[in-house]
Amino acid sequence: MNWPFILPEIIIAVSAVIIILADLVKPNRWLSSILALAGITAAAVFTFAGDYSQPAIVFNGMLTIDGWSQFLRLLLLAVSLGVLAASIEYYPKLEYIWAEFHALSLFALAGMMLMCSAADLVSAFIAVEITAISFFVMVGMLKDARSSEASLKMMLIGGIASAIMLYGMALVFGSTAGTRLNEISLATAGMTDPSAGLLLGMLLLLAGLLFEAAAVPFHMWAPDAYEGAPTPVTLYLSAASKIAGIAIIARVFTTAFSQPQNLSADWGVVAAVISALTMTLGNILALSQTNIKRLLAYSGIAHTGYMLIGISVLGLSQGSAGQANLLFYMAAFALAELSVFSMVIVITRYLKTDEISGFAGLSRRSPLVFALLSVGLFSLTGLPPTAGFMAKLFIFTGAVNHGLLWLIIVAVFNTVISAYYYLKIIKVMWLDEPADSGEIRPGTGAGMVAFISAAGIILLGIAPYLLLKLAESSLLSLP
Amino acid sequence: MGILSLTIFLPALGALVIGAIPGLGARFSRLIALAAATVSLCLSFYMFAVYDSAAGGFQFVDLFQWIPSINAGYHVGVDGLSLLLVLLTSLLGFISVLVSFKTEHRPRAFFAWLLLLETSILGVFSSLDLLLFFVFWEIEVIPMYFLISNWGSGRKEYSALKYVLYTLFGSAFMLAGIMGLYFAAGTFSLPELYQTDLSLVAGSLPLAAMFFLLIIGFAVKLPVFPLHTWLPDAHTDAPTAASIMLAGSLIKMGGYGIFRICLGLFPGEAQHFAPLFMGLAMVSIVYGGAITLRQTDIKRLIAYSSVSHMGFVLLGLFSLNYIGLTGACLQMVSHGLITGLLFASAGILMHNTHERHIKKLGGLARQMPVLAGVFTIASIGAMGVPGTSGFIAEVSVFLGAFSASSIAGSAVFTIISLTGILLAAAYMLTTLLKVFFGPAKTAFDSVADLTRLEKFYCGLLIAGVFLIGLYPAIATDVLEPAIAPLASLWGG
Repeated sequence: MNWPFILPEIIIAVSAVIIILADLVKPNRWLSSILALAGITAAAVFTFAGDYSQPAIVFNGMLTIDGWSQFLRLLLLAVSLGVLAASIEYYPKLEYIWAEFHALSLFALAGMMLMCSAADLVSAFIAVEITAISFFVMVGMLKDARSSEASLKMMLIGGIASAIMLYGMALVFGSTAGTRLNEISLATAGMTDPSAGLLLGMLLLLAGLLFEAAAVPFHMWAPDAYEGAPTPVTLYLSAASKIAGIAIIARVFTTAFSQPQNLSADWGVVAAVISALTMTLGNILALSQTNIKRLLAYSGIAHTGYMLIGISVLGLSQGSAGQANLLFYMAAFALAELSVFSMVIVITRYLKTDEISGFAGLSRRSPLVFALLSVGLFSLTGLPPTAGFMAKLFIFTGAVNHGLLWLIIVAVFNTVISAYYYLKIIKVMWLDEPADSGEIRPGTGAGMVAFISAAGIILLGIAPYLLLKLAESSLLSLP
Repeated sequence: MGILSLTIFLPALGALVIGAIPGLGARFSRLIALAAATVSLCLSFYMFAVYDSAAGGFQFVDLFQWIPSINAGYHVGVDGLSLLLVLLTSLLGFISVLVSFKTEHRPRAFFAWLLLLETSILGVFSSLDLLLFFVFWEIEVIPMYFLISNWGSGRKEYSALKYVLYTLFGSAFMLAGIMGLYFAAGTFSLPELYQTDLSLVAGSLPLAAMFFLLIIGFAVKLPVFPLHTWLPDAHTDAPTAASIMLAGSLIKMGGYGIFRICLGLFPGEAQHFAPLFMGLAMVSIVYGGAITLRQTDIKRLIAYSSVSHMGFVLLGLFSLNYIGLTGACLQMVSHGLITGLLFASAGILMHNTHERHIKKLGGLARQMPVLAGVFTIASIGAMGVPGTSGFIAEVSVFLGAFSASSIAGSAVFTIISLTGILLAAAYMLTTLLKVFFGPAKTAFDSVADLTRLEKFYCGLLIAGVFLIGLYPAIATDVLEPAIAPLASLWGG
């Protein structure tokens, strides 16, 4: 029996169905929230309790459950818990679709968790689509012009990305006669000179998967979707779906294409080039943004670029190094996004504007909100003593070790560029005169999420080994 | 947790306490700040008193594992140079708190940032692990940004941002250099790196590249021409306390880094490129001095004079012999005291007269005789008059640089740099004349002179200036065991 291996996903999906059914019988905002949070908690308990020390390939080779997927499942569950807790603040704007919002979030979560354990091109595709389609709907939930436009745009670009990905999968299948990642790996290992069809297939597959992570050139949907979507959905997109996107690239490529060495190095170099483009473009476009959600969208794109450095290291080392660094980066990034966005939810709800200029004088109006938001921004910049600094440090040291010094120089200068726009936000909050002096109080949910994330950021900035050790013990297993 | 770690983290603890109590008033904020800074200062004095110069080496060492997977540790310890700079920093930190006693604008945040700044600088001077060093180096940016941008004057936001971007730009290079070192030697630990012959280990980068990556980071901070343009803006627009910390202590991080890392780990590269850096030192000294002559704003004048004076540090460091290195180290300490005094008295002057334009001031020796005396002493220190610490430091630098016969052109660089002394005399004397002497202006008749508190901290700094000037052995005795092994790398 294989089903215990995906018990967490099953719990999540069932909770989603229950939420919808319960809403039909007795609509109640708290019921939806509690059911969702309880479902996530239960799934986390089962994930945590399961024994995944031995990698298991289950469902006829469709999924691999191992330490890597366990780490990411727990991370995604924790992030989702944070997102839903922080979005309680946002209730008035989603009043009529509160249950649907929770149900869809859980469906997306199930999809993302599957993305972390996909062991077959087919299951990978299905997991990506479950996630993507849930997000298309969630982005459009506000039903105003901007939100609808964002949803449509995301869906069109996502559709194109899916088509490209499928075409890539077909080419890979044509060249290797397999859809299971380890079958593909066995086929490619024997090739001294990979065929053009395989290379093109890999490239298209990569391109399709990059959509979810919002990397150049599939990043265009991100700023519009981030801006148009309800802010909790924006948070979810940036903190969770980006991680799942990077995770599935790591999984598919390290498992399927790590043999022979030159094939692995090929996609490693491609990832390095995309990484350089993604972070540079993301950071430069972020400089001129005045809308906080758009700015964070571009900043997220830049961070995709930094994470792609980790992917590139995986390629250049044939999957033998850098997984723990990448996992640490994902966790640090998620924490920073949680602390920033949960405060952005609070602030923009109160101010009724997403413009950064509205944040003026926040440090005097609400010192706590200012402090929590600043910790997140400093972590995104990568200043010590925050987790963001350690995350960058680990990723960069790993990359230098694999001959990517040029990329690290690009990345380090990108970090300096990014300091400019993150500081700009802090400057507005710290120095500018506030329009009115009313205090902005975070609700319990958002306040707790931001506080725990900020504490985590500082803790991991001072003692990163607490988490790194965990990540190291759950390395991606190769067949 | 040893006494050194306590010295480093006490100010941060004070900052934490101030930050953690909501609605804390100005009075209690400054009392907590004063307590933290005072204890930290006392501990530094204690370490200075019990440091065993005969044994030398790094003492008061604390070593814990920090990130085992990359072999980084929490590793702090001080040798003679670190010790003097730690003492200087905690002294200036203490004085900065006293200077800011009148702060009315958001005092709680002000003192918290100031204390955090002190911790990060102390950390830089005590770190024996390159990663830890870098972490402290970067942390310093945040408090300085807030201090300048909020409590500063003039174009404070512009200056603060410029400061941050310059520092991050420099530290970006530095980080690349540190990583290069790590992959060559497999460790961040400075004592272990000193034991490694870097020319024998194969790294991903040539040694010269690492040397330059690192020194660019330090040169921004020192600052060295042409990377100095952040300094006048930041110093001028910062509040007095931040100016004192910045000019007195923070920019020494650059000189300290060059001494500890660039010279200590790359003796061959240092010798090879010494003419280049002596040349840059000469340009900094002369260009900095010449520009200082043209300044009309009293704070900007002191700021530019720092560019010139830090040029002496670079000149002494790259003379690569014992006397030159000693001079450079003395100059760091001496400049810290003298510039601290200059900025403190300029701060009082500006606060009491509400005027910072040199041309609009004049004849203040009548209304503010004590301040005139203090400023005169600071000026003769800056000019390098015998009896002050500035004299002994600059003379050692020149002697060392002049006798660096193995470095091409050292004599020429030294002789041209000597004009820096003349320039210093010119700008200090003209300032002194314009501001304090000449006919008294009635507009300043009701201006108050120094209060008791102000006399106290100015007196502390003056004592330091003369103590080192008249009895330099008090500093050179502890410096000797730190400098001699380094100087022996180049044969003396």
